[in-house]
Amino acid sequence: MERPIKGAGDGRGARATAHELARYEALFAARTHGMKSSAMREMMALTERPDVISLAGGLPDTTTFAPELYARLMAKVAAESTARALQYGPTEGMAAMVECIVEVMAEEGTLVDPGEVIVTTGGQQVIDLVCKALIDPGDVIVAEAPTYPGAVPTFGAYQAEVAQIEMDADGLPIDALEGTLDRLQAQGRRPKFIYTIPNFQNPGGVTMSLARRRRLVEVARERELLVLEDNPYGLLRYEGEPLPTLYSLDAEAVGRGGASDLVIYLGTFSKILSPGLRLGWAVAPRPVLEKLNLGKQGADLCSSSVTQLFVAAYFKERDAQGRAAWREYVERLKSLYRRRRDLMLAELEQHFGEEASWTRPQGGLFIWATLDERIDTTDLLALARKNEGVAFVPGRAAYMDGRSGSSSMRLNFAGVPDDDIREGVRRIGRAVREQVGLLGSLTGSSSKILSPSQDVTASQGDSEQDLPGDGETGLADVVELPRREADGSARQRRDR
Amino acid sequence: MSAAKRVAVLKGGRSLERKVSLRSGAQAQDALGRLGHEVLPVDVGPSFVEQLQAVEPDVAFIALHGRDGEDGTVQGLLEAIGVPYTGSGPAACVCCTDKVLAKHLMREAGVPTPEFAFLRERSIKELGAAASLGAVEAKLGFPLVVKPASQGSALGVKFARAGEELPGALVGAFSYDRKILIERYIKGRDLAVSVLDGEPGSQSPGGAAGDPVALPVVEAVPREEDFYDYESRYEIGMTTFVCPAELGAETTARAQQLALAVYELLGCHGVARVDLMLEEQTGALWVLETNVSPGLTETSLLPQAADAAGIGFDDLVSRILGSAWTRPA
Repeated sequence: MERPIKGAGDGRGARATAHELARYEALFAARTHGMKSSAMREMMALTERPDVISLAGGLPDTTTFAPELYARLMAKVAAESTARALQYGPTEGMAAMVECIVEVMAEEGTLVDPGEVIVTTGGQQVIDLVCKALIDPGDVIVAEAPTYPGAVPTFGAYQAEVAQIEMDADGLPIDALEGTLDRLQAQGRRPKFIYTIPNFQNPGGVTMSLARRRRLVEVARERELLVLEDNPYGLLRYEGEPLPTLYSLDAEAVGRGGASDLVIYLGTFSKILSPGLRLGWAVAPRPVLEKLNLGKQGADLCSSSVTQLFVAAYFKERDAQGRAAWREYVERLKSLYRRRRDLMLAELEQHFGEEASWTRPQGGLFIWATLDERIDTTDLLALARKNEGVAFVPGRAAYMDGRSGSSSMRLNFAGVPDDDIREGVRRIGRAVREQVGLLGSLTGSSSKILSPSQDVTASQGDSEQDLPGDGETGLADVVELPRREADGSARQRRDR
Repeated sequence: MSAAKRVAVLKGGRSLERKVSLRSGAQAQDALGRLGHEVLPVDVGPSFVEQLQAVEPDVAFIALHGRDGEDGTVQGLLEAIGVPYTGSGPAACVCCTDKVLAKHLMREAGVPTPEFAFLRERSIKELGAAASLGAVEAKLGFPLVVKPASQGSALGVKFARAGEELPGALVGAFSYDRKILIERYIKGRDLAVSVLDGEPGSQSPGGAAGDPVALPVVEAVPREEDFYDYESRYEIGMTTFVCPAELGAETTARAQQLALAVYELLGCHGVARVDLMLEEQTGALWVLETNVSPGLTETSLLPQAADAAGIGFDDLVSRILGSAWTRPA
């Protein structure tokens, strides 16, 4: 045999043996065991391809932001604040930035003391800093079910135990919350905080009712529990009356002029302006705030000065009528997202089976759809990715155990162009019908959904399916699946 | 080989095991670099053939897992364009990747493999296969394991504890492949035996490979009670590996003999990993499947087994590389 130059590596001492490799395992902190990379996440990574329509992202639409305005504001920051923009800033954030935060919160009727605000690198950092400040391994967090998929790895990394409480159309049911708190108390355990997204919940798409908000604040006061109120979408309401934040309700209860002492409020510029800025904030009772500040010093010292100055300049921007540009932009986003939400709801009505149900969000970015309980949306994603070229977030991502929520999915309508909403939902619907049809055949139950599914498949004549004498799907993955044009003729209107 | 080679490391691809493959590829690249070769990393995608022809490698090192890289697709392409490559040829790849075919071959050859049935999706739609499930359940008993025929990882592997769970499990597995396997569940210890071709005689450079040897047995012990799933298989810390596995001398020898028999039976070349179960109740060994492109990541079983046999990672990679020139004509 032709031998590669054996030992060339030995001389340099760079030889990596399996033993050496395995040694790393001993070096990793115990908490890394909670940092799981799941199969589902790996599959999600595969959907980031140009030929895949993704309804999986958490993205707002940034294509509507005026390029000239962006350029002008950045030029202004560069010219007028060069040294400051290029310098470190205070850990708690720049004063001009905090003024913008106070203005945004006032828009939702929430008054805050600028001294209780900390600027963070995205809202995500607030979740991390709150856990850093409050959570020891094994501590309990109470969260909604489903919960924000992005919080799941954070909670895991801090080795928190998360008690998730199933929501209904009015958000977190407070009687169920009290039941959970009682049960924990009986075990001598006290949750460190209750994590909730009261407005247009991600991923659930539901909004906590006013009565429940009041009751939640009462419960928190009775039991002296902290609440982390995550409110990224509050200003993106497309219908219905705005509801007060938990922060403002608690501040009212405290009665000390606008500051809550049990609610940690999380806000972000990601959804009303841009996620690329990486700017969010927390408002917290001072003792908590101090710990968040110390935590942030260790994490990144301060958030970007450039983007803080950009936001400050943006908030000063007025149009010819003297209207604030940021308010107008939020209005534009709202009308765009409202239209896309309505479009997605109509498409779901048309393409998802009778077994399916979905939330009708009054705002925000997401719809949560739930299918026949025997369908696992992680598997469905594998099928939909492969055969249809479409992606969504499988429900399991929103549960700490990685098992529950298996028949649900999160769909983003806000950051997806209209054509992709139509085509994406149609493709998912086709994959669902295929699975439901198969279930029907296996259980012998006659399914009304079966025949249209077969029709659709047949009408397309997809070469990747049912190759004679093969039955394998190998070919499908060698051939790139082109993004199909939304073709009305191929779309089937189901008789319902 | 007289000098350094231009080695294209094929990795990534579009399979569900893409990320694992990228890690295997990175490990292989490091080793090949240390061995003095010129490393040409290739992420296998739509312009794969063109890309490979452009870099003009002497040899392709296959670090792909799953679809395309392990099922003979890439091997067939490499033969077509005349690039020597590591590991098994297309026929063995097809046999090993198709668990149903592999199990039929094993059963016919008298190699113990858990009882099974297989289903094609179209047989349900077109041949009323659902009516056969009762007989399958009666024959195999619960719990049952349902697996996509060609999926290399645990993705799509489902359990059914009772009859009512079977349809959901089947639909889940059919999401990954149109052909699936229903298998009797063996409760016991999870073993893996890697097989490596022996070094060719020094007198015959470029000659045939030496007799294959079975490496020490690795046992995978899941950290959690949970099923040995995809996550735990690839993430450091989720599974504890014991190598050599703490088995009696006789069981070890039997496991290694079985692995060698399967390696020969399925026509593997260069390297393969044979997964087995040691049944708790009976002490019987059962062969589950054979993997023609075993992982080379930090936590993969093959490097650990090689290490236990005194073969360092670079030596292992070097021997796998050598398999490109010992392929029987």
